[in-house]
Amino acid sequence: MTTLAVSPLARPRLPRWAPAVVAVGAIAVAGLLALLLGWGPVATLIVAGVLYVVVLPAWSRLLEGSRAAADRLMTNLVWGSFVVVCVPLLWLIIMVVRKGAPEITGHFLSTSMRNVVGPMPGGILHALEGTVVVTLAATLIAVPLGLMTAIYLIEYGRGSRLARVITFLVDVMTGIPSIVAGLFALALLVLFFGPAFRAGIGGAIALALLMTPTVVRSAEEMLRLVPNDLREASYALGVAKWRTIVRVVMPTALGGIVTGVVLAISRVIGETAPLLVTAGYNDSMNGNLFSGRMTTLPVFIYNQYKTPGAVPLGAHATDPPGYARAWGAALVLIVIVMILNLIARIIGKIFAPKTGR
Amino acid sequence: MSLTTRPPGRPLALGDRIFAGAARTAGLLILVVLAGVFVFLLIQGAPGLSVDPSTYGQGVTSFWAYVGPLLFGTIFISILALIVAVPFALGVALFISHYAPRRLATPVAYVIDLLAAVPSVVYGLWGGIALSQALKPVIAWLGAKLDWIPLFQGPASPNGQTALTAALVLGVMILPIITAISREVFAQTPRLNEEAAIGLGATRWEVIRLAVLPHAKSGVVAGIMLGLGRALGETMAVTMVYSSSPKYMIDIIGDTSPQTIAANIANNYAEATPDKQHVLIAAGLVLFAFTFAVNFLARWAISRGERKLTR
Amino acid sequence: MKTSFRRAVVPGVAAIALAASLAACGDNNGNSTDAAGASGAAGSSGGKLAAGGSSAQGTAQTAWIAAYQQQNSGVTINYDPVGSGAGRTSFESGAYPFAGSDAFIANPSDEYTKAKAECGADPIEVPDYISPIAVVFNLKGVDSLKLDAKTIAGIFAGKITKWNDPAIASQNAGVKLPATPIHTVHRSDDSGTTQNFTDYLSKAGEGAWTSPASQTWPSTDGLSGNGTSGVITAIKGGDGTIGYADASQAGGLGVVSIKVGSSYNAPSAQGAAAVVAKSGLDKSATANQLIFDVNRTDTSSGAYPLLLVSYLIACPTYSDSSTANLVKGYLSYIVSQDGQKAGASAAGSAPLTSDLSDKATAIVSKIAAK
Repeated sequence: MTTLAVSPLARPRLPRWAPAVVAVGAIAVAGLLALLLGWGPVATLIVAGVLYVVVLPAWSRLLEGSRAAADRLMTNLVWGSFVVVCVPLLWLIIMVVRKGAPEITGHFLSTSMRNVVGPMPGGILHALEGTVVVTLAATLIAVPLGLMTAIYLIEYGRGSRLARVITFLVDVMTGIPSIVAGLFALALLVLFFGPAFRAGIGGAIALALLMTPTVVRSAEEMLRLVPNDLREASYALGVAKWRTIVRVVMPTALGGIVTGVVLAISRVIGETAPLLVTAGYNDSMNGNLFSGRMTTLPVFIYNQYKTPGAVPLGAHATDPPGYARAWGAALVLIVIVMILNLIARIIGKIFAPKTGR
Repeated sequence: MSLTTRPPGRPLALGDRIFAGAARTAGLLILVVLAGVFVFLLIQGAPGLSVDPSTYGQGVTSFWAYVGPLLFGTIFISILALIVAVPFALGVALFISHYAPRRLATPVAYVIDLLAAVPSVVYGLWGGIALSQALKPVIAWLGAKLDWIPLFQGPASPNGQTALTAALVLGVMILPIITAISREVFAQTPRLNEEAAIGLGATRWEVIRLAVLPHAKSGVVAGIMLGLGRALGETMAVTMVYSSSPKYMIDIIGDTSPQTIAANIANNYAEATPDKQHVLIAAGLVLFAFTFAVNFLARWAISRGERKLTR
Repeated sequence: MKTSFRRAVVPGVAAIALAASLAACGDNNGNSTDAAGASGAAGSSGGKLAAGGSSAQGTAQTAWIAAYQQQNSGVTINYDPVGSGAGRTSFESGAYPFAGSDAFIANPSDEYTKAKAECGADPIEVPDYISPIAVVFNLKGVDSLKLDAKTIAGIFAGKITKWNDPAIASQNAGVKLPATPIHTVHRSDDSGTTQNFTDYLSKAGEGAWTSPASQTWPSTDGLSGNGTSGVITAIKGGDGTIGYADASQAGGLGVVSIKVGSSYNAPSAQGAAAVVAKSGLDKSATANQLIFDVNRTDTSSGAYPLLLVSYLIACPTYSDSSTANLVKGYLSYIVSQDGQKAGASAAGSAPLTSDLSDKATAIVSKIAAK
């Protein structure tokens, strides 16, 4: 008996070349519409993308059934979101590189802005030093504090009232505007050292205040995901609790923890307002965290943007000299964070236990 | 519970006592610091509620009339940023953890983390100069063709520095935070659950829907809260990217758009008289209280959802 | 198996070593001769001075600091461009020995009482930075326009809404004005530029501007930008925009010549300086203060009354003699003819007239140790 009933296991599948055909078709249709309606290349690409994302699942629904169609739709959407997110990223990087690369010279990287006036080529060494010192100090404050808090929340206090309150308040802490953190750090400094005290340590405290919630929350989530079997196996072998945490739990979660720490550093390394308030502005070199004003790269960028020098009336539309320095410094800052990310990933890879994933 | 009790008959080792004490101290220190910030805001901000009404600005007679439009603006802009960021952030997180070819996943994660590496000043410059110019034709089209929607009632801004641009910039800024946490959480789904789903014949999307997402809810919400926190407190991008005024409005393509509390503080603190400084800090306190309320609501919603699951 | 903590310490130590070496090598940087962290030796060829205030003066202060540091090697001066309000607050609390401010501290006021208490005497206030404010616009095909104060006030008050309005066209015969809407741009941050612009509009606008002078823009309509750079970016970014900004950054945009008397004057440094020199002193000025009530309705030839005067606020005596010497030396340089020339060429501002410079120098020379 020939029956046309097809068992689900033998459902027809779309041919292998189906996605390619739909892609080509989408581009063709969009291109045709563009020619007819006079669209630019960006609109054409967007329409082509939308057509592809919609048509392929529709075809799949007809042939393969709704489950497979839903699967194809989600695959398209996920790939599509990745492509979309790459656009601003590439745009930003290209813009910063194009505007900043001409500024990067040996002189730029090895001198400060001391005694630099007007269109004289300046340097960012003082800002580089400031960024490294202040961010390092902030990390040294925030990371141990944040990690130990996360350990308390998961290992010692899980489910307790105090832990829930701390988690809740840490979430609230993420919403502190950076300028308020700066004003708070300044108030602390003034309390202990008098009203005229401006130094890098104030900036470090403000940045630590901004970093800690990210470190705590991400570490907490990562530690929470470590399976209990690992802990119990360790206890069963007679290992003390703190050793279990240090040698078993944390290495298992290390990749995620490192991600969280790097995320926190990336966020605060670009902060301007709190640093301007607590650490002031300095054209010259200063490596001392506790005495004297310190400039960081983002404060330098912001200052060069706000007071970029003069463009006299009647001049043709040129940019004042500060803009070029700002872009150069922005490029250097992004490169620094990129390197930091890379180092963190390498550290995570080296020290994380091999899970066979 | 078995995690916090020690094996019977063994005295608590010194190392354990020190470590546990250190962990507890860290937690309490965070509480103290947060209380300190709150007290600081309270002390510096309380006088702001009772200053001479002329401090608030023209036509504004009370503190709440001053802060109301700003709070509205903060909520409005943050919601827009979340609408932009969350779908794409989760999509990219799923891409990295489940869809990308294995060898591509780590470089892609690194590349997305670069978005977090860009300082907010640069986002401000990019948004205010490059993105706004690129969006000018889109905004003009929206103002011309879709002005019956209240969001687009226009008239369209001539230089593209609008809340629409700001929402896109802010969305891009908070996306890497949500993605980073979400992808770690998705990647930590127990292998057995996923393989069980595959064994039952689930498609890739069904595996994700059945095995990955339920397990990841808490982590994803944490990531979204962190992203929202960043959006609420973001200063540089909102001052440099779009033209804002303290005003109740939902038009996102017009000349002027709602201003956030953080932008208001950043705009006015430098030139503020001591009285105005108190007013600004009081506004910061309002933002603090609002963040409090949002987190409270989110936690309550999650715990209700979890209670339903366990029933 | 090594503990992970020990292995994690190594990169941490490496990072600290890197930072320490960066800090150390920075001191040997050939461009700088200052020792980091020294709390300031007394004496005329060394020492540190840290102050701040108005960001409008920022560029000029950079030039002054550079020139002074070159003449007095070993001295390090820092100026935080945190804003006039924050600068004055820090001066009144003793955090800054002097401050730059776009508004003088008026007597009587809470701030004046605090400043007098901090100094022990009437504070010194002298002008050090005069900058013309330009009304700039971006309109395709039009490079300059002639407008009187009444029309400008009408535009910024929202009464005149199109570029080809008869009020504008009647003053600009022969210029092709499109029928497009006008988009005004104002400062989103509180600023001295707004204060001076609204002061000009209310005094010279013949009633077309009804809000009092204030550093906050009085309306919530219209485009806005943060800082002078923000306003310039906003104007450059769109066609049909008009705004007001410090003339030093206005290059490349269309400029408005304002009506002064019977002629139209473009923004000029000499015009601005001349107006200040001829303006009367504010009625509360004491012997220590050279504070002006700028005459916005000055009609002399070449005058440009739309300007911003920024001041230096200092104490006549300091308890620390090295601070007194440093403040006196630096401030004397700023108001001297040489200093004013250097600042003007770097910042595009108007140098003080020689008469004003002499008067200011006389006041500053009163600074001494207690």
